Amino acid sequence: MPRLLSFAALLASWWIGSLLAGDAKLPPPPAVLSAMIAEARSGDLFFHLGMTLARVALAFTLAMSLGAAIGYLMGRVRLADRLGDPWLILLLNLPALVVIVLAYIWAGLTEVAAIAAIAINKLPTAVVTLREGARALDAALDEMATVFALPRWKKFRHVILPQLSPYIAAAARSGLSLVWKIVLVAELLGRPNGVGFEIGVAFQLFDIPRLLAYSLSFAVVVLLIEAVLVQPFEARLSRWRPRAA
Amino acid sequence: MRLEVDITGKTFRNAAGETHDVIAGVTFALDAGEVGVLVGPSGCGKSTMLRILAGLDPDFHGRVSRPANARVGFVFQEPRLLPWRSVEENVRLVAPRADAAKLAALFEVLELSAHRNHFPGELSLGLARRVALARAFAVEPDLLILDEPLASLDAALAGRLRDQIAVLMDNRSMITLLVTHDVDDAVRLGDRLFLLSPRPARNLAELRIAAPRNKRGDAEIAAIKLDIMRRINGDDTKLDAS
Repeated sequence: MPRLLSFAALLASWWIGSLLAGDAKLPPPPAVLSAMIAEARSGDLFFHLGMTLARVALAFTLAMSLGAAIGYLMGRVRLADRLGDPWLILLLNLPALVVIVLAYIWAGLTEVAAIAAIAINKLPTAVVTLREGARALDAALDEMATVFALPRWKKFRHVILPQLSPYIAAAARSGLSLVWKIVLVAELLGRPNGVGFEIGVAFQLFDIPRLLAYSLSFAVVVLLIEAVLVQPFEARLSRWRPRAA
Repeated sequence: MRLEVDITGKTFRNAAGETHDVIAGVTFALDAGEVGVLVGPSGCGKSTMLRILAGLDPDFHGRVSRPANARVGFVFQEPRLLPWRSVEENVRLVAPRADAAKLAALFEVLELSAHRNHFPGELSLGLARRVALARAFAVEPDLLILDEPLASLDAALAGRLRDQIAVLMDNRSMITLLVTHDVDDAVRLGDRLFLLSPRPARNLAELRIAAPRNKRGDAEIAAIKLDIMRRINGDDTKLDAS
């Protein structure tokens, strides 16, 4: 109920804002809704959302798996940490825009360049988080697994992975929000489809209802994924913790 | 099947870079079916020795020969359970081949039947210890190592748990090594007692208790305890067995 009220307040302030600012700058909700319906009817909305989602999924998976592996290695092996650290600091502080532009210059305006650029932006945060996780692994449980001669795979699955899972969840959570933001920039700069491309077109035409229609649909998708995938996953991971937090 | 231990030296380097001798020279051997007990004051290097025996610490001088391909069951001083797995999963994980009936019997003896589906975070220390014991026995070990399994439990609970351990040890022929600072536990559970000096540890004396565990009377136990006290506090050159 409080959520609904909060949502209604947002809608009301939007409407009042549009009355004050004028339709040209901020169209009222019904205008945006009808733009959304028109885009949905023609199928464009779903096509562009789908393209963006596919890029997010690919870049996210790539960056998470690669970042987790590198982070784990750097947390466990001192030499890897020393070798990787300068690269990590460089990547962490490299602006997203630089990576995207360079990727397009070097690899052309291709899908591979876009996905690689998004993944490279997310990679270092995943590495840093997982490195912390690997450093915090409990040596006592490690010894237990050694003494009882647990096979490698079982040890990984039952002893190591559960200890890393809060770190993986944190990396996924922060990484996903980063990817959502960057994917639109990458699409705006060098892809012929996707929500970012559509927003770029709407911007050039000053088609504000369309711009808002795509932005809001995108926001709804993000919220849905948060509610349907991320939160239940986190709840499942922490089900063994005595309830307090 | 035989465990032979001859550790001639073990040193630790602390954070400040100083080295400490933990073990000066400890020798003993155990055969299958024997329960050996290392008795010594707190901090004398007993836990370090167990880690060496279990193969967790290769950095020592001397020799340890374990039976080839021995299955090891280890009860650590802290239970070291996986907090994200239930009691039963914790046990089954290390003993995937244990059959349901044997496991049920094990849980029954250790009074864990009602707690199978609980997570370790929901258990008291006493219960968590028993889960650790169940885990060690479930692998049907050839070499069972127990590190102060009764420490920091109240006397009544420690006594019950000691009896449960005795029952489990009688059910299976294996090499058992128990570490304790409590002479009473040592005399009630062990067949052969190895008395150790304060740090750095070395053998003080060895005692063999001939009577089987369940036939030891209180008077006999008291006499052995007196003997141990005399040896620890007095003449420590005598290295014979009684």
